Amino acid sequence: MTPFLWFLFGGGGMVSALLLPVHVLLFGLAFPLGWFEAPSYESLHGLVTHPVTRLYLFVLIFLPLFHAAHRFLYTVCDLLQVHGSRRTPIAVVCYGAALLGTAVAAYTLLTIA
Amino acid sequence: MAETIKLTVARYRPEEQSEPTFQSYDVPYNKDWVLLDALNHVKNEIDGSLTFRWSCRMGVCGSCGMMVNGVPKLTCAVPLTDYRPSEPVRIEPLQFFPVIRDLVVDITSFLGKLSSVKPWIIRDDVEATEVAEYRQSPAELDDYKQFSMCINCMLCYSACPVVGLESEFAGPAAIALAQRYNLDSRDAGAEERQDVLNEHEGMWGCTFVGECTKVCPKNVDPAGAIQLYKMATAQDWMKSMLLPWGAK
Repeated sequence: MTPFLWFLFGGGGMVSALLLPVHVLLFGLAFPLGWFEAPSYESLHGLVTHPVTRLYLFVLIFLPLFHAAHRFLYTVCDLLQVHGSRRTPIAVVCYGAALLGTAVAAYTLLTIA
Repeated sequence: MAETIKLTVARYRPEEQSEPTFQSYDVPYNKDWVLLDALNHVKNEIDGSLTFRWSCRMGVCGSCGMMVNGVPKLTCAVPLTDYRPSEPVRIEPLQFFPVIRDLVVDITSFLGKLSSVKPWIIRDDVEATEVAEYRQSPAELDDYKQFSMCINCMLCYSACPVVGLESEFAGPAAIALAQRYNLDSRDAGAEERQDVLNEHEGMWGCTFVGECTKVCPKNVDPAGAIQLYKMATAQDWMKSMLLPWGAK
């Protein structure tokens, strides 16, 4: 199981480092501050309902969630000095939260009409 | 009078004291000296009772590792002029190891971790071909050469916060050494080593802080070795999940 979670962590790290900053820059700063002309609601809506965009957004959301869960788990366990099987409940909460976020993202992306 | 520099050295003599203390020595600020020369000056001229390990004086034996101002250093490789004579230099034993005396630490656990990863060439036909040559191309040598430069100085263990938090963690040098043999074209023991290291106390305990690589005096890059190892193990796991019928 650990190798699989590490793959999600590594993949999430790549997405968080390379793709997320682009979105934050565009939708968090550039469009609100008027550096670029913001796309219209209709064109964005059209983009988001395309299957490829849905898949892209799903990956963009779910991988960083697992990255965050993994990093948070290790940080908490190191800070609180939790070892061995006592890590399991913290791991369940961390990865469970990531799983929940993934489910919400999947549901939202599938149900955008 | 010639310029001097103050060394503040950790002392621990278990027969006299229960807790380590510090003792200061003024030594000549000799611009041709490394830190180890200054310590040997203390030992030879000022206080013969000061105890520390050293041997080769040239960064090969890995004996003279100590904490210098809180950073793990090979004292034979640190010029005295790296430090200003106006400020004392604090010298302590390598952290995260039990101290035996003064600057000498107990390396039993480290040696156990090293041997646990089976750091030797493992192959089935070793008896049959004892007199034969195992040929290797320069490219195959390059695959592992960097990881074979380790001198077991243990600076990486003193630099690694995970070693400090979890005493069972195999640690940077041992995992890099395992990788050195895994990447050797003559070796077939990767699976046996994975049984030891595919554990939380093995490679997965590493959180990629990277301090081990920063302090390594031989540029071994243990952190890089561990990440390569994680990648290879994760790929093996993927293959075994996707192709469960494939040969292991």
